Amino acid sequence: MILGIPPQALFGQLLIGLINGSFYAMLSLGLSVIFGLLNIINFTHGAQYMMGAFVAYFLLQGVGLGYWWALLLAPIAVGILGVIMERVMLRWLYSLDHLYGLLLTFGLGLIIQGLFRNRFGSSGLPYAIPSQLTGGRNLGFMVLPNYRAWVIVFSLAICLATWFVIERTKLGSYLRAATENPALVQAFGVNVPRMITLTYGFGVALAAVAGVLAAPIYQVNPLMGADLIIVVFAVVVIGGMGSIMGSIVTGFGLGLIEGLTKVFYPEASNTVIFVIMALVLLVKPAGLFGRAQ
Amino acid sequence: MIKYWLVIMAALGLIAAPAAQAQVSDGVIKIGVLTDMSSLYADLSGQGSVIAARMAVEDFGAAKKGMKVEIISADHQNKADVGSGIARQWLDSDKVDVIVDTPNSAVALAVSQIVKEKGKAFLVSGAASSDLTGKACSPNTIHWTYDTWALANGTGSAIVKTGGDSWFFLTADYAFGHALERDTEAVVLKNGGKVLGKVRHPLNTADFSSFLLQAQSSKAKIIGLANAGGDTTNAIKQAAEFGIVKGGQSLAGLLVFITDVHALGLQTAQGLIFTEAFYWDLNDKTRTFSKRFAELDRDIHPTMIHAGVYAATLHYLKAVEALKSDDGTKVIAKMKETPTDDPLFGKGTIRADGRKLHPMYLFEVKKPSESKAPWDYYKLRATIPAEQAFRPIDQGDCPLVKK
Amino acid sequence: MATAPDLVEPDLPAAAAGPARHQAVVFALMVAAFVVAPFVVYPVFLMKALCFALFACAFNLLIGYGGLLSFGHAAYLGSAGYISAHAAKVWGWPPELAILAGTLGAAGLGLVIGALAIRRQGIYFAMITLALAQMLYFFCLQAPFTGGEDGIQAVPRGMLFGVIDLRSTLPMYFTVLAIFLAGFLLVYRTIHSPFGQVLKAIRENEPRALSLGYGADHYKLIAFVLSAALSGLAGGTKAIVFQLASLTDVHWSMSGEVVLMTLLGGLGTVFGPVVGAVIVIGLETYLAQLGAWVTVVQGAIFVVCVLAFRRGVVGELARFLKKPL
Repeated sequence: MILGIPPQALFGQLLIGLINGSFYAMLSLGLSVIFGLLNIINFTHGAQYMMGAFVAYFLLQGVGLGYWWALLLAPIAVGILGVIMERVMLRWLYSLDHLYGLLLTFGLGLIIQGLFRNRFGSSGLPYAIPSQLTGGRNLGFMVLPNYRAWVIVFSLAICLATWFVIERTKLGSYLRAATENPALVQAFGVNVPRMITLTYGFGVALAAVAGVLAAPIYQVNPLMGADLIIVVFAVVVIGGMGSIMGSIVTGFGLGLIEGLTKVFYPEASNTVIFVIMALVLLVKPAGLFGRAQ
Repeated sequence: MIKYWLVIMAALGLIAAPAAQAQVSDGVIKIGVLTDMSSLYADLSGQGSVIAARMAVEDFGAAKKGMKVEIISADHQNKADVGSGIARQWLDSDKVDVIVDTPNSAVALAVSQIVKEKGKAFLVSGAASSDLTGKACSPNTIHWTYDTWALANGTGSAIVKTGGDSWFFLTADYAFGHALERDTEAVVLKNGGKVLGKVRHPLNTADFSSFLLQAQSSKAKIIGLANAGGDTTNAIKQAAEFGIVKGGQSLAGLLVFITDVHALGLQTAQGLIFTEAFYWDLNDKTRTFSKRFAELDRDIHPTMIHAGVYAATLHYLKAVEALKSDDGTKVIAKMKETPTDDPLFGKGTIRADGRKLHPMYLFEVKKPSESKAPWDYYKLRATIPAEQAFRPIDQGDCPLVKK
Repeated sequence: MATAPDLVEPDLPAAAAGPARHQAVVFALMVAAFVVAPFVVYPVFLMKALCFALFACAFNLLIGYGGLLSFGHAAYLGSAGYISAHAAKVWGWPPELAILAGTLGAAGLGLVIGALAIRRQGIYFAMITLALAQMLYFFCLQAPFTGGEDGIQAVPRGMLFGVIDLRSTLPMYFTVLAIFLAGFLLVYRTIHSPFGQVLKAIRENEPRALSLGYGADHYKLIAFVLSAALSGLAGGTKAIVFQLASLTDVHWSMSGEVVLMTLLGGLGTVFGPVVGAVIVIGLETYLAQLGAWVTVVQGAIFVVCVLAFRRGVVGELARFLKKPL
């Protein structure tokens, strides 16, 4: 027994917490990337996550293309939709108060979620775990379904790959420079508006990938992104906006803390992330990894 | 002089007579089907309930009897404030005379209150809480189909008697889940079993992994699922992922509908034992009804909730015809006086506390090899006669019942 | 040095330091309309509209005049609803005390959340208010006294001041109207007072206001608490009228709705929130048959307003008439 709790319960919940953390990390990464460059809080992120899951569902039901195809095609499809959205609507708001961007993306999120809810109801459509990943491994303290292990591994890979591109490649350095001083970077001949559009598309694609990952576990449901997105906002505030590594570490870390809370004090498991956010705001308002502005 | 008075009386009589006869308000009997059209109970209730109500009106022959009956419907989205807002508007300004169905006990309890205030009628088929005929009973409400006590009594005692004597509850965190957990726990304890733990989950939960882990670590022999619809099917599917049944524990679905078994598939659902009030394949009359229903409802076979809406609506219309009035309180009283008889539930009675009595059935889900056609899912394990199936009238704390 | 773009359009006719005569005329018209309305329109709908109009006015105080977008304002509406419902049902308090309890509770909550949120500005402020409101939502979901998914039902309407029976519709309606008008006038008075002017100065150029010696955080916090209190007044009244307090009133979608009402009506206008509330509640009631289309329409209104109609209905009217409304 560890601290009065059987290790079974402890490790089991920690592992589940890590799985939740994977989603927090991927979604907060997308939000962070978009905010870093566009200074827009993408409230539509939840709806785009949901659309990723639905594209996977449609691909399976309509065309017979399975999970592995969906992992590739869904982010591309939803990313393109995101690019269109940015070109047609978001770019008019860059000269206005940033809060309008929040309101616009909030409205778009409502529209998308409402349309899907109308058509599909709100109780969730089934999406089967791909056959290569069914079954589980008996770890002694619990049976870990293979698919959930895959979720952790894959999201870690995506997060690290994104971090690498942004922090260690030339493209990433242009992006970081444009975040700090778009006019100067434009003067150097880099097409900043196009970079902004592509960045938005990339952030949206990250959300869609998370959606495909979620489909077999959380069921494909028009409201799946709605409550999740607010938790992700809290994660981003804690981690510090604009910090890539900050989002990744905070995402996984908070997932673990949530899992721990479920063991010792389950009633608080929904609110612990927000409590931490309140504490961080009191002590270090810029966030754990953020730069003071 | 007398002739003069006779003429006056005749004139007054002529004026008074139409007023005495036309008691069906506005000449139309308006039925409001309040249900969940888009969320986790949409398949077991939803549009199917509207279809069942229409079939009842047709079979009653309203047109031939010169009675005008209208049916409207609305989606309460499983929210008590939305449901009570619709009920209030229906009864205040839309001239609805009777509200039918209402899955989701929290909504049903709120609506029952409003119906009582306005003196109309409420026929509950979908909701389960036994409080509707207990401490929240009302002279304007009849609880048809089933309730949490009947489920606990049927399923709970059957499982404990066959050795499932340690339980862990996974409960939907609202009125229905609490009532079902409470009633089942009472049955388990009465039969000598133990309850090792409980955990509450929000309504419409997609991911049960952390709750199932807690159930697993309790090492209880039986994990009681005090939830319904999408929550139950998700929990059962995910329990399979986490190897719970392979690890030696059994799942007890305390409220399962044929639409859930259809969604799960026989491979996953086989062996589940639960109590229901109706099955489409019980006898010829139920089979005829179900075939008609399936043609109207995208081949979905009727659940006991749909059957309850049909039977309740039919009995209601008969009472209105006999009374020649649709005054809610009076019609409900008439329905309680008259024994019921319909093709789906057979003969039955309605008690003073609003509880409709009929036999309940204990079913087991067939193995895939035993099923010969789609929707051929159940085998009958036992029939519980009407007198034993429901909570005794004096144990409910219903203020309408004189002690 | 360029100032940050303002949330409220610069060419909106600015409110003068004191009440203008044409505004008094509009006010009289509004009162007259609401007095006559229950005899023509379903009163329960009107009461709902009035409660939300008060909520929107309270919200507008913060965003239209303070420039602070609080995305978690439902917290105050909902918590006051629970407190009032509990006070009326479990403690047996008369309706006026129950509503007062709700208002004070919401004010207290506003103090705590406001103090935390004010530490950041702009987008961060909005996100913090949203996250803290969500925390309250989960608390309300779990806490035993709120009844979770069931809510607090069968709340008694009671006797106002021990004399007026609120169970009948007309007395209840006029009570709600009186409460709304009191709140509305309080907001109006606040906007057209020195406090209101300083608030606007802070909204337009905080560094300059600071340099003039005004404690910006102080003013912002006071405005926040006032806004929370009036939202609580709306929430407590709503719980008594509908005899129900439920999770819907603390959910983030309710926060979004009040933003919608104010944006549609006109940010920073006096009568805008009232118009916005009536339109949005009207749409919801009218479109309720169509289920989820309500959400789609709300989202569409958001998008259209942000892209092309930022001044809102009353704002556009004010610009057309060249008078502040």
